[in-house]
Amino acid sequence: MDWASDFDVLDPQYIADPFSVWDELRQSCPVAHSSRRGSSWLPTRYEDVTALAHDIEHFSSLEVAVIPFEGEAPQEPLLAYGLPPISADPPLHTWTRRLLLPWFSHKKVAGYEPLTRELCRSLAAGLKEAERADAAADYAQQIPVRVIAHILGVPPELSDTFTGWVRDVLEFADDQQRRRAGMQALIQYFLTELDRRRANPGEDLLSSLLQTEVEGEAIDDSLVLGTAALVLIAGVDTTWSAIGSSLWHLATHEDDRRRLLSDKEVWPLAIEELLRAYSPVTMARVVQRDVEFAGCPMRAGDRILMNFPAANRDPEVFEDSDQVVLDRARNRHVAFGSGIHRCAGSNLARMELRVALEEWLAAIPEFSLAEGAEVTWAGGQVRGPRSLPVVLR
Amino acid sequence: MRIRLDPDRCQGHARCFGLSPELFDVDDYGYSSLNFEGEVPTELEEKARLAIANCPEYAIEEVE
Ligand code: HEM
Ligand code: SF4
Repeated sequence: MDWASDFDVLDPQYIADPFSVWDELRQSCPVAHSSRRGSSWLPTRYEDVTALAHDIEHFSSLEVAVIPFEGEAPQEPLLAYGLPPISADPPLHTWTRRLLLPWFSHKKVAGYEPLTRELCRSLAAGLKEAERADAAADYAQQIPVRVIAHILGVPPELSDTFTGWVRDVLEFADDQQRRRAGMQALIQYFLTELDRRRANPGEDLLSSLLQTEVEGEAIDDSLVLGTAALVLIAGVDTTWSAIGSSLWHLATHEDDRRRLLSDKEVWPLAIEELLRAYSPVTMARVVQRDVEFAGCPMRAGDRILMNFPAANRDPEVFEDSDQVVLDRARNRHVAFGSGIHRCAGSNLARMELRVALEEWLAAIPEFSLAEGAEVTWAGGQVRGPRSLPVVLR
Repeated sequence: MRIRLDPDRCQGHARCFGLSPELFDVDDYGYSSLNFEGEVPTELEEKARLAIANCPEYAIEEVE
């Protein structure tokens, strides 16, 4: 495959090891192009990715899906505004983002920590007596969805259903029918919930959005719906992928596992380093009008794949960029994006990653990749392990 | 040592606060500010440098 002119982000080899492809592209063609799934560009340098993220005039967030929808977006009238704030440009972006941010402030997130810890502890306790476990499916995947369910005020029993919908929308996006069905089910669910909360408001994010007034008027239902759907879609797959990749790293790097077990001080830097090295999330932008960027002739309607994961591996910015250095002291990583769309849930994601690793290591200090085991990775919009068989000893 | 935080550049990554809570405050929207005036206390200079070197938006800098 010619990666410079015909890349395919869903190529299984690329999903398993995108790093070597990015290293080569940074040397030969730092902004690659492809006409698969429409004309799109793939930047690989930190400087380019952050510059693109900051130029919101040329590069709009109206389309942020890495795999474009074929035909009309689903449920057009119900989601008149898409999934704000992620799929919005200012001014809509500005105020819809402000509605969400206080729910994920440092203080608020500290309040979600005890339930996250209890959840992780009981999951780890359930695994630790066995000889083997799937650290992705039986642990990582179980955590974020339950925390988000709590924040949205939906019963934890629905967690598996939620996980299924989110995977349909993100992981299986190339199957247009499956993706559409997942999105429809999710929207349908929240529609019913909105009616329930209107009659019976609670303390949750959904109820609060319904009661919010902006300039004296209730906000449009389609905005509430879009925002609720976004929180679920953005908060589940992403974080479980970060937890899974970090456990994969610790299962394959004994020295780093030992260091985390013995050195409490290194944790704050180590969490950021794991986020840098295994950044799970790639977003998209759509070019607003013809523009030349880094020598590339971009046309209105082209898509840009916002390759935050590759930016974080750029040797121009990160010394030994291909190595995980747990105590890396200079780490301006952009795993949570760059500019005005900085991940609204980043405080929550960090807390979940830290607590998930703390509780796993407390219960299961010794573990390694099962011999001959097949680790499967998902990729595209979100990269992370889906099956991670480990031996506990 | 003196430092400055540019509120127009800050996007609320909270890296500064995470690494050096002694020097920064974050508001309910996640945006950050210095929680002191004047010189950085000598024993916190290392932490101030750490915050500068980790802000993805280059919003914090040392000033003369
Ligand atoms: C490790 C886990 C996570 C990663 C790596 C991640 C990554 C990202 C990235 C890169 C963006 C920027 C999007 C863009 O530039 O278009 C973003 C936006 C966003 N994320 Fe996350 N995310 C994570 C977890 C979460 C969680 C737990 C939530 C919980 C609600 C969340 C909610 C959001 C929201 C609402 C936005 C949109 C912000 C805006 O457009 O202003 N994310 N995320
Ligand atoms: S690290 Fe930078 S962008 Fe993030 S809160 Fe601090 S000053 Fe703002």
